[in-house]
Amino acid sequence: MSQTNRLPNGGRIDRSKVLNFSFNGQTYQGFEGDTLAAALLANGVDIIGRSFKYSRPRGIFAAGCEEPNAVLQIGATEATQIPNVRATQQALYAGLVATSTNGWPSVNTDMMGILGKVGGKLMPPGFYYKTFMYPQSFWMTYEKYIRKAAGLGRSPTENDPDTYDNMNQHCDVLVVGAGPAGLAAALAAARSGARVIIADEQEEFGGSLLDSRESLDGKPAAEWVATVVAELKGLANVTLLPRATVNGYHDHNFLTIHERLTDHLGDRAPIGQVRQRLHRVRAKRVVLATGTHERPLVYGNNDVPGNMLAGAVSTYVRRYGVAPGKKLVLSTNNDYAYRVALDWLDAGLQVVAVADARHNPRGALVEEARAKGIRILTGSAVIEARGSKRVSGARVAAIEVKSHKVTSPGEWLDCDLVASSGGYSPIVHLASHLGGKPVWREDILGFVPGEAPQKRVCVGGVNGVYALADSLADGFEGGVRAASEAGFQPVEAVMPKALSRVEEPTLALFQVPHEKSTTRAPKQFVDLQNDVTAAGIELATREGFESVEHVKRYTALGFGTDQGKLGNVNGLAIAARSLNVSIPEMGTTMFRPNYTPVTFGAVAGRHCGHIFEPVRFTALHAWHVKNGAEFEDVGQWKRPWYFPKAGEDIHAAVRRECKAVRDSVGLLDASTLGKIDIQGPDAREFLNRIYTNAWTKLDVGKARYGLMCKEDGMVFDDGVTACVADNHFIMTTTTGGAARVLQWLEIYQQTEWPDLKVYFTSVTDHYATLTLSGPNSRKLLGEVTDIDLDREAFPFMTWKEGLVGGVPARVFRISFTGELSYEVNIQADYAMGVLEKIAEAGKKYNLTPYGTETMHVLRAEKGFIIVGQDTDGSMTPDDLNMGWCVGRTKPFSWIGQRGMNREDCVREDRKQLVGLKPVDPNKWLPEGAQLVLDAKQSIPMTMVGHVTSSYAANSLGYSFAMGVVKGGLKRMGERVFSPQADGSVIEAEIVSSVFFDPKGERQNVE
Amino acid sequence: MTTANVYQQRPTTDVKAESPLFHADLNSLVGKGCTNPGVVLREKKLLGHLTIRGNGHDPAFAAGVHNALGMELPGALALVSKGDSSIQWLGPDEWLLIVPTGEEFAVEQKLREALDGQHIAIVNVSGGQSLLELTGPNVRDVLMKSTSYDVHPSNFPVGKAVGTVFAKSQLVIRRTGEETWELVIRRSFADYWWLWLQDASAEYGLGIAA
Amino acid sequence: MLHIFCPHCGELRSEEEFHASGQAHIPRPLDPAACTDAEWGDYMFFRDNPRGLHHELWIHAAGCRQYFNATRDTMTYEILETYLIGTKPQFVNQVPAIRKGDQA
Repeated sequence: MSQTNRLPNGGRIDRSKVLNFSFNGQTYQGFEGDTLAAALLANGVDIIGRSFKYSRPRGIFAAGCEEPNAVLQIGATEATQIPNVRATQQALYAGLVATSTNGWPSVNTDMMGILGKVGGKLMPPGFYYKTFMYPQSFWMTYEKYIRKAAGLGRSPTENDPDTYDNMNQHCDVLVVGAGPAGLAAALAAARSGARVIIADEQEEFGGSLLDSRESLDGKPAAEWVATVVAELKGLANVTLLPRATVNGYHDHNFLTIHERLTDHLGDRAPIGQVRQRLHRVRAKRVVLATGTHERPLVYGNNDVPGNMLAGAVSTYVRRYGVAPGKKLVLSTNNDYAYRVALDWLDAGLQVVAVADARHNPRGALVEEARAKGIRILTGSAVIEARGSKRVSGARVAAIEVKSHKVTSPGEWLDCDLVASSGGYSPIVHLASHLGGKPVWREDILGFVPGEAPQKRVCVGGVNGVYALADSLADGFEGGVRAASEAGFQPVEAVMPKALSRVEEPTLALFQVPHEKSTTRAPKQFVDLQNDVTAAGIELATREGFESVEHVKRYTALGFGTDQGKLGNVNGLAIAARSLNVSIPEMGTTMFRPNYTPVTFGAVAGRHCGHIFEPVRFTALHAWHVKNGAEFEDVGQWKRPWYFPKAGEDIHAAVRRECKAVRDSVGLLDASTLGKIDIQGPDAREFLNRIYTNAWTKLDVGKARYGLMCKEDGMVFDDGVTACVADNHFIMTTTTGGAARVLQWLEIYQQTEWPDLKVYFTSVTDHYATLTLSGPNSRKLLGEVTDIDLDREAFPFMTWKEGLVGGVPARVFRISFTGELSYEVNIQADYAMGVLEKIAEAGKKYNLTPYGTETMHVLRAEKGFIIVGQDTDGSMTPDDLNMGWCVGRTKPFSWIGQRGMNREDCVREDRKQLVGLKPVDPNKWLPEGAQLVLDAKQSIPMTMVGHVTSSYAANSLGYSFAMGVVKGGLKRMGERVFSPQADGSVIEAEIVSSVFFDPKGERQNVE
Repeated sequence: MTTANVYQQRPTTDVKAESPLFHADLNSLVGKGCTNPGVVLREKKLLGHLTIRGNGHDPAFAAGVHNALGMELPGALALVSKGDSSIQWLGPDEWLLIVPTGEEFAVEQKLREALDGQHIAIVNVSGGQSLLELTGPNVRDVLMKSTSYDVHPSNFPVGKAVGTVFAKSQLVIRRTGEETWELVIRRSFADYWWLWLQDASAEYGLGIAA
Repeated sequence: MLHIFCPHCGELRSEEEFHASGQAHIPRPLDPAACTDAEWGDYMFFRDNPRGLHHELWIHAAGCRQYFNATRDTMTYEILETYLIGTKPQFVNQVPAIRKGDQA
C-alpha cells in the first residue's frame, strides 16, 4: 500500500530504508526515522481506536507523549506484548505489529458506538460510581465488561524473553530534556567539568529544534543540535541518554529514568542486549528543561479524526515529511501557532484559513502569514468540526471571549484538518512530584513550577521562557548555576544567535463558545483519552464538586496515560469559569510519578527469575541434595525439610526419621541458627539485662538456655548461650531471628548502655553446625573425636573443644529433641569433610539425616517451643509455662520485666500454652484451628484459644498438638473442642505439653 | 580486660576444604567463555579473616594494632595493605583484617598480646566469608548495576572500602587497583552473588581466573 | 529515596543502606519497676508526630552498623543534620510537639 500522505521530500527520515509494519492486521510501509504515528498518518490511517466511554472514532491527535488516542498494543508474539504504547513515541521498525486497544469488536464497526450515540446521556461523569457500584457484588461482573469495552490493553500471558535491568547513576548535574534550553544547560555544565547526564524521551536530541523553522547563527537549528550533541558525546564526563524518559522526581534529588535501549530495533532486543533500563539517578543538581505542551482549543466535535494539535501538524510535516491532510484550518489564540500555517504552505498544501481569536493580531509571524496571502479571520475561532470518521469541514465564527458568546453565525469551511492551539502549558509534572505547588502566571497563561526545597533549576519552556533566544540563554545560565552550585567553575560561552521577533500575547481562550449551551452543543472534549467533555466538567461543578482534585476524580480528567498533559489546564479553566472563580483560585491538580507508563520489566530489572531474591545455603547443602532432601524455605535459607526414601511421602519419612533419632541416632544441619560472638568485660552483665534469666553464675565451659523478651514482656527469641571464657560467650538465636537479635543487642549497647564494654560479632556463616541426636550419638561421635565424651566428664549443658574428623571443633552437649545430643561447630570450610567422616562412621548406627519437619516433631514431643510458631508476640514466659526461665530477683530491671508485670500480663485467664491430645488418636488438629469449651453453643462461639503446633506423624504413635487455651494450665484433663469447616468437631484433652520423657531420663543414656 | 577463648580453628592436617564457591567449580571454568571478557572473576578463597573491635579514638589501640601488624590502623572507609595482608575500616570500632590462609591464629594471638589490657574483641570469621576479585574494563558497569553506591573514580579511589547494599543483600566493596575491585561476601550468600555477577556481566563477557 | 549523611562514614548514602528505628531521645527509664503504668505506657507507646522537625534514630545497617540520630523535616523530608548518639540536635522545632497528657 502506498504512503498517500507522504510528502515528496523533507523530514528527518531515511527514505531508502523502507520498513513493513502492520496495524490491526493490515500491512503498511514506512521509513526508518518514522514514529509509528507518523507512519500511520503517512498511510492515511485515520481511525486508530475508539474512545473510552462514548466509543467515538479517534485518530492521532499529537506528536509526543501527550498523545491521548493512539495508545496501542505492540507485539508480534504473545511473549512480546506491551500495552499502553503511545504510537507517537514508538519508533518504527521492520515487522512492528500494533493493534488498537479500544474498539470492540473492531475500530471501524463498533458495537459500543451504538451505545455511545443512542445513549449520549447514558454515561455521564460519575456513571461508574453511581451505577456500577450497586449492588456492590456485581462490580466484578461490570468491571470485566467495562474493561473489555474500554480496552485498557493487556499484559502478555507468556514470559517476556527480553532482558531489562537497572543502573545506578550519580552525577553533578542531571539535565531533563534535550531541547534548546536543555542542550544549552548541558553544554554549560559539561564544559565546567561536572559529571552530567542529559536525558530526553525522544529518539534524538533537539526537542522543538528538530522541526523548527528557526535558524541559529544563520544555519538550520538542527545543525546546531548536531554540533552540540557531538561536543557532548566527546566529553568523558557526560552521559547522553536518548529514548530515556525521566519519569519520577523523588526525595533528595533521586530521579528515575526509563531508557528504551532497543525498542526502536525490533520486536525483541538483539541477542545479548538489554531492552530497557531503569536508571536510578542521584543528582547533586537537577536542571528541568522539560519544555511545554501545547493546549488544544475545546470546541465542538474536536475529537473527530482530523482534529490535531497545531504543533503536531508542523512536527509531522517538517520532521517526518508527512501531511496529515490536504486542507488545513488553523484555530489559534497566539502568534507561535502561525508557523504551522507557514509550514503547511511551504509543503505545498492548502491553508483554508486561520481563525485567530484575537481581534487585531500584528505579530511578526502573523504578518508573515498575511504577506503570503493566508486568509486570517480575526476575532474568530473554529466553533465546531464536521464529519464522523474524518473531518470534512469546520465552522468558523466570530466570538466574544469575555462574555463567552458567539457573535456571528460564521461560515462552514471545507477542510480535512483542523489544527488548534490554545497556548502552551509548561510541563510542571516533575517539578511537582514532591509536592511543590505550581504557580499560575497570567502573562503566559500557564502554570510554572512553584518554590520547592529540591536542589533544582528550571529553564526554558517549563520556566515560561518561550522565545528561542531567551530559552537558550536561560538554559545556559541554568546550567552554569547548577554546575557552580555543585562545586564546578563554569566556563564562558556564547549561545548561537536566534532571530527575535515581535510576538503578541496569547489570548485567554480555553473552551470556545457555542451558540448552544455546553450540554446541548456538539461534544467539546477536554480530555480525549478519558472522554471528559466540557459539559461533564460543568456537571461535576453543578453537582457540588468544587475542588479541582474532586472534579478530576469525578470526571476522570487526567487519568490514564494522560496524567494531565493535554486537558488539565483547559479542564480547570472550564471548572473555574463554571464556579466563577479565577484559575489560580481553582488551582491545579498535583502530579505524581510516573510521567509516562513504565514497563514492569524495567522496574524489576534483574530482580527476577532465579535471582529474584537471595537464596542462602549452608556449607552442607550439596550433601543434602545428594541424599535426596526436600527443602523448605526458612527466611532466605534453604533447609532440608525431610529426606524421603523411595516411595515415602512426608509422613512416612518423618515417622522413620523420628524413630531413628529416638532409637539410634539422627543428624541435623543446624548451621542456619544465628550465632553471635560476644566479648567484653561486661558481656555477662549485658546477658543479664537482655535475657529474662540469670547469667551471673554460668561457669566457663557451660551453656544455658535463654529467653529474650521485648520491653512489653513478650517473648521474641530464644536460644542457648555458652560461656567459652570468663567474658566471652557464644549466643545462638533462632534461624529467622539472627539479624534481628544482633540489631537488638546493638541498639541497647549503642543507645542505652554505651558504658557496658561488650562487642557483638555475627559468626553465623563462620561456623557450620552438625547436630547428632539419639541414644547412639555418643558412640558415634566417639569414633571421630578425641574429646572425652564420658557422661561425667562431658555432662549435659556443657561444651568441649577438640578434634572432630580431624578438624578443630567446639562441641556443645545440648538437646532440642530430648535425646542425648551433641552440636558440633566447625569452621564452615571444613564441614563437608567432617560430615562425610561422620556419615561413614554412622552407617553401623543407622545414622539418619533428618530435616526441619522431624526436628519440629521431636521438640514438640518434649514441649519445647518454637518462637514464631508457638508464640506470636503476645506471649509472656509465664503464658508459655516457662516461668522457670525468668530471673525474678536479678538486680537490674532486665528487658521485659516491667512489661510482664503489668496487670494484664499477670491475669490467670490469659491464653497459656498446653498440650492437646485428640481423644481420637487418629484425628489431627489443624494448626491455627480455634478452640471452644462447648461445641454445641450457637454461633458465634466463644473462642478460648487456638492450636499452635500439631503433628500426626511422630514417634509417640498418636496425634498430638500444642496450643494456647485461656487459663489452660489450670484446666489439665479438661476437654476442648475444635469445630472444623466441614462441620465436624475434634475433641481434645488438655494435657501437659511435655509428651515425651517428662523426667529427662533420656539424657542419662549410657 | 577481656579474656577470650582462642583456639586454632583451621585443621593442621590435610583435610578437605570447601570455600563458599566450591560448588561452582570455578577452576573448571578458567579460560572458558569469551576471549576478551570485560570482567574477570577470581575467588580469593580460604584466607584468614579476623574482625577486630576496639576504640578507634584510643591511640593505644591504634598503636597496638600497628605494632602487631605493621600496618596503620585505617580511618573511615580506608583499606591498607601490606604484602598479602590487608586491614580495612568497617565502622568506628570495627575493622576487617585479612591474612594468608592459616596465619589467622598466630596473628590473633599477636594482636591480643599487643592489645593486652584494652577492651577489644577479635573474632575469627574466616569460614563465613570470602573475597571475590573482579578485574576488567567493565567491572564498574557491573557494580553500577548492583549497588546504589557511587563507584565513579572521583568518589571511589583505589584504597577505599565501603559496606553497602548490593543487589538485594549487603557486602563490602574494596577498590584495590585501577580496574580491580574486591567484594567481601558472606558464605551463605555466595551462590546468590555468583548467579548475580554472571548475569550482570553477561553483556560484557565474564571470564574466570584461577 | 532519602540521601542520608552517616556521621561515622562521613558520607551521604542512599536510604536503602539504613533502617529507621523510630523517634530519638526516648531514654529507657532508669528504674522501670518504679514507673507507674501510665509512665511506662508513655515510654513504650507514645511518640511525637510533629509537622516539622522530627528527631529520629537510624542505623547504618548495610554500612558501619552504627546507630545515630537525624533531624528530619516531616513536611519537606529534608534532613537538616545527623548527629551522634549522646549528643544534642542543633535544630529543634520552635513550637514543641504536643505530647500525651498535654491535651485538655
